[in-house]
Amino acid sequence: MTYGLLLSADSVDFMVHGIFSYSFFGHEVWITTTHVSILMVMLILTVFAIIAGKKFKAATETGEMVPGPFQNAVELLLEFLSNTVTGAMGKGAPKFNNYISTLFLFILLSNISGLLGLRPPTADYGVTFPLALITFAIIHYSEIRFSKPLDLWKDKCSPLPPWLPIWLPINLISDLAVPVSLSLRLFANVLSGTVMMALIYGLLRWIAIGWPAALHVYFDLFSGAIQTYVFCMLTMTYISSARGDAN
Amino acid sequence: MEFNQAFIYGCSAIGAGLAVIAGIGPGVGQGIAAGHGAAAVGRNPGARGEIMSTMLLGQAVAETTGLYGLLVAMLLMFVKPFKG
Repeated sequence: MTYGLLLSADSVDFMVHGIFSYSFFGHEVWITTTHVSILMVMLILTVFAIIAGKKFKAATETGEMVPGPFQNAVELLLEFLSNTVTGAMGKGAPKFNNYISTLFLFILLSNISGLLGLRPPTADYGVTFPLALITFAIIHYSEIRFSKPLDLWKDKCSPLPPWLPIWLPINLISDLAVPVSLSLRLFANVLSGTVMMALIYGLLRWIAIGWPAALHVYFDLFSGAIQTYVFCMLTMTYISSARGDAN
Repeated sequence: MEFNQAFIYGCSAIGAGLAVIAGIGPGVGQGIAAGHGAAAVGRNPGARGEIMSTMLLGQAVAETTGLYGLLVAMLLMFVKPFKG
């Protein structure tokens, strides 16, 4: 007998499932639903990028002056992304435009892939934590590259004078907390949406017809878009303050 | 001391309930941010878009602590770390 905490725990399902396992240097490694969803998201993005690139190339070669609807939409998207990056990063923007745009599109499509019937890949901590680790690596690379070691030491002892490094461990811990809080925020937001939808569909069953669409708009579209924006915005803010070109 | 499974699961459920009390803090904080946002739009309706995006960004960051509570509750409910 199991003491399932939910009365009908069998019908509520939002966990990551293993699809098949294989042996990787003696370890048992699983291909899970997250891998499948992430591959679907990547496939959609790749096809989108190839089509957009072909369209732009054709437009440049033929000298067509009036863009079609698809090209218009892509241009609108790219303009929005580049304006956001320029607004947040100042003169460091051209270097990070590609990375932030890629991150934005990937996280956005991952978050709203719940609408396509996939389990959102960002509702797996193994997806969001590496994204935050990339941010962490860029932050500290920029910090070391763009500031003198003495200034860095002064900054890490910051509220107290540099010859009294009592505050150093606290500053280091707050540096380490950055990737954890960044990834947990995205993960917990998407997971809470996934769990809510799974509970509604699993527990209400035939009552949940049609009207959960409104909840999908909130949990998948609104929450997903906001969290994507927040993740990219915070990444840009941290990087530009580490590079010292925030103003 | 030995406890049986039902007791441990019951206590986990109570702990999960207590953990989501963490939602009070972000609720109050987001309400304050929204109130100040509304006041700012009233004072300067031209800057509506700017105020909106700043407010939403701040609210999403403030939401983090509440989500930590939610995460602890989920771990207690579904991962069952104390199943003995």
